[in-house]
Amino acid sequence: MTTAEEQLPKRGRFADLDLRAVAPFAALALLLLLGALVNPNFISLANLENVATRSAFIALIAVGATFVISSGDLDLSVGSMVAFVASLLILFLNSGVIANPVMLLCAGVVLTVVIGMLCGLANGLITTLGKIEPFIATLGTMGIYRGLTTWLSQGGAITLESRELQDLYRPVYFGQILGIPVPILVVLLVTGVAAFVLYRTSYGRHVVAVGSNREVARYSAIKVDRVRNVAFIIQGLCVAIAVLLYVPRLGSTSATTGMLWELQAITAVVVGGTALKGGAGRVWGTICGALILELVGNIMLLSNFISEYLIGTIQGSIIIIAMLVQRSLARKA
Amino acid sequence: MDDPQGIVLAAERISKAFAGVQVLFSVDFQLRRGEVHALMGENGAGKSTLVKILSGFEQPTSGQVLLDGQPIKLPPDGRAEALGIAIIHQEFNLAEHLTVTESMYLGREVTRWGVLDRKFMRAETRKALDQLGTSIDENALISSLPVAARQMVEIAKAISRKARVVIMDEPTAVLTRAETDVLFNQIRRLKSEGTSFIFVSHKLDEVMALSDRITVLRDGQWIKTAPTTEMSGERIAQLMVGRELSSLFPGKVEPDVDESIALEVRGVSTGYVKNASFKLRKGEVIGFAGLIGSGRTELMEAVAGLRPRTGQVLLNGEALASGHLDQSMDKGLAYLTKDRKSKGLLLQSGMAANLTLQSMFMHSRWGYLNPKSEAEALERARRRFDIRVRDPRVVVGRMSGGNQQKLLLAKVMEREPRVVIIDEPTRGIDVGTKQQIYNFIAALAAEGCSIIVVSSEMPEVIGLCTRVAVMREGRIVGMLEGDAINETEIMRYAAGLKTAA
Repeated sequence: MTTAEEQLPKRGRFADLDLRAVAPFAALALLLLLGALVNPNFISLANLENVATRSAFIALIAVGATFVISSGDLDLSVGSMVAFVASLLILFLNSGVIANPVMLLCAGVVLTVVIGMLCGLANGLITTLGKIEPFIATLGTMGIYRGLTTWLSQGGAITLESRELQDLYRPVYFGQILGIPVPILVVLLVTGVAAFVLYRTSYGRHVVAVGSNREVARYSAIKVDRVRNVAFIIQGLCVAIAVLLYVPRLGSTSATTGMLWELQAITAVVVGGTALKGGAGRVWGTICGALILELVGNIMLLSNFISEYLIGTIQGSIIIIAMLVQRSLARKA
Repeated sequence: MDDPQGIVLAAERISKAFAGVQVLFSVDFQLRRGEVHALMGENGAGKSTLVKILSGFEQPTSGQVLLDGQPIKLPPDGRAEALGIAIIHQEFNLAEHLTVTESMYLGREVTRWGVLDRKFMRAETRKALDQLGTSIDENALISSLPVAARQMVEIAKAISRKARVVIMDEPTAVLTRAETDVLFNQIRRLKSEGTSFIFVSHKLDEVMALSDRITVLRDGQWIKTAPTTEMSGERIAQLMVGRELSSLFPGKVEPDVDESIALEVRGVSTGYVKNASFKLRKGEVIGFAGLIGSGRTELMEAVAGLRPRTGQVLLNGEALASGHLDQSMDKGLAYLTKDRKSKGLLLQSGMAANLTLQSMFMHSRWGYLNPKSEAEALERARRRFDIRVRDPRVVVGRMSGGNQQKLLLAKVMEREPRVVIIDEPTRGIDVGTKQQIYNFIAALAAEGCSIIVVSSEMPEVIGLCTRVAVMREGRIVGMLEGDAINETEIMRYAAGLKTAA
């Protein structure tokens, strides 16, 4: 056997690179280059910072979606969930049940996180206990959360009323720490934690096992349903964090808040290199995917080639192209 | 040299490498008209790769394939069937939601006036199945059929397509003796009509009985091609491993009669398994024999906690809850599935992730997994179970069956169980690795581990076990000891000719 091992050709560093892991970053670099050619303003730090900040919502939601998709499920309800949770947060803040505005805001944060996780748990239980395809289960809750939002707002908007609270809450989206916008820091922090959980903990390993083969996971004494439920709860938590950034931005929600965000979140995950059939999660790739989506929109705005009304069309095309690229790279590997 | 007129399909100096790892080295292979050509070799010898190249599923890195003497580039994804080359895969290729008839005619449906001629297709399917002597219902859904029946449908499908070359990769692995005999008769009939067969198998006796010529591969190299009449089982085995085979089985050691009871199963029922009871002593190896579908796997999965059950399971006197594999494992019971590809290993993941999948707590603190500790565990396991892999980062799906089985064994042994149930310990693996696995089992028993071997290969239970339980139709119908452990006796119980009081 030693001879066989010696005969093994020395593989270069390039051969070790997993193309699927590198592809999204290469695409991002290419896009930056393209943007710089289209409009010199594009590559300015201010513009890029702006793009990164605006991609924060999708990025955060997509980090959660990475867990759900890696475990072999799908959550279509995230966009509606944003609207629903945000509406409840604003209604709570408007109710003024706590006199001290700081305390009220803190309570609101806790409430948002709890509601988000409960929404995720609901999705998980319907899928696992009800043994319903996640596609159908979350299609159902997507309608439910959206409908509840419309009902809460009576078809109009729900707006944060207190000026004092607005001023207090504003820095969470518009503020900067050490010159870096808060949303970017939040995204980096959440992604760092998520990457740690997915790559360096038993739970992360369980997610990948459950996503790549449920039977193998079951025969290895992994509590499959619990792993799936926790993934849905993580998704809910990520939605809650996105809501906490979203509300200070506009201070209001309506029936159309978060519309089609599920499409963007799933696109970001897939563009980032996570396999849609489960079993391989790439958290940093997901962030890259979210940035790509926002950059494409930004380039469309700054250039005059394509109408910005076509943005949905472009994003839809991106997910299809990403899947094709993934497949062709998988063949080569 | 061979008469070139008689050669239907040939491979000339075929080499193949996957991601820089060479698996075939300039292999020659020739298939004559109307012959059964057996392809033998240890797992990882390159048989499956060669067969995939000969059927177009893989393209050679260098060398060429000749059909009727003409160089040809075979079309991929099974479209070589149009050229008369049909392959029956080790892994099944049937859509679960179709009926038997629908699968037989998939992709070549017969129509009349543009409408499917169901009646005709059903009748033809019936005819093909009858020829194979099987009573499978042509209207049955594939998903409702047991594995052996699916295999028969695959075979009927290939035969009904009037293929000139039929390639069979381990076709009898899941068939019973009787089914195998019927299949072989069909192969002989088709052979006399001019069909050629490539027959990949590990079963020496079947190869000796059926084939005209034998080609042996070892480590991706062509070793020898010779008429079967000039070969003996011993000789083939030697060519395959490249060394003399000592006795396949290590010696049996029976623990004392008054040794403590490690596992007691009392009146367990699950599915159609009824009222099964047996005892296992410390350090004992017992076998479970029986025909496919006799309920052995169901019983063992129920004992391990993978299926709900009634009745009692006592591990060292302590009762195990029904349906809780995790608790059984915590208490020292392990179950090794026979289905290593779909239930045992994550084929897309690496070796370390698979090894530690059910023992992660040993490598983690506060949920943090220590990669170094995992790497050390893998290194230990590779040494202990002699897992030979050229590139340690390889995904498990790319490893040979023998190495996969060793890895699966290593994975289960990570938790250091005291009672191990091994379902089909050597399914689809080569002689050399088989022998190694038998030695592991004997060594474990010597260390005081108690082992249950469930196997459809009779020599295995006979060679390894000091007691053999035989199951039939969901019941334990006999418990054999000493001289009573032999093929005829086991068969009598398994076939229902004899039942213990």
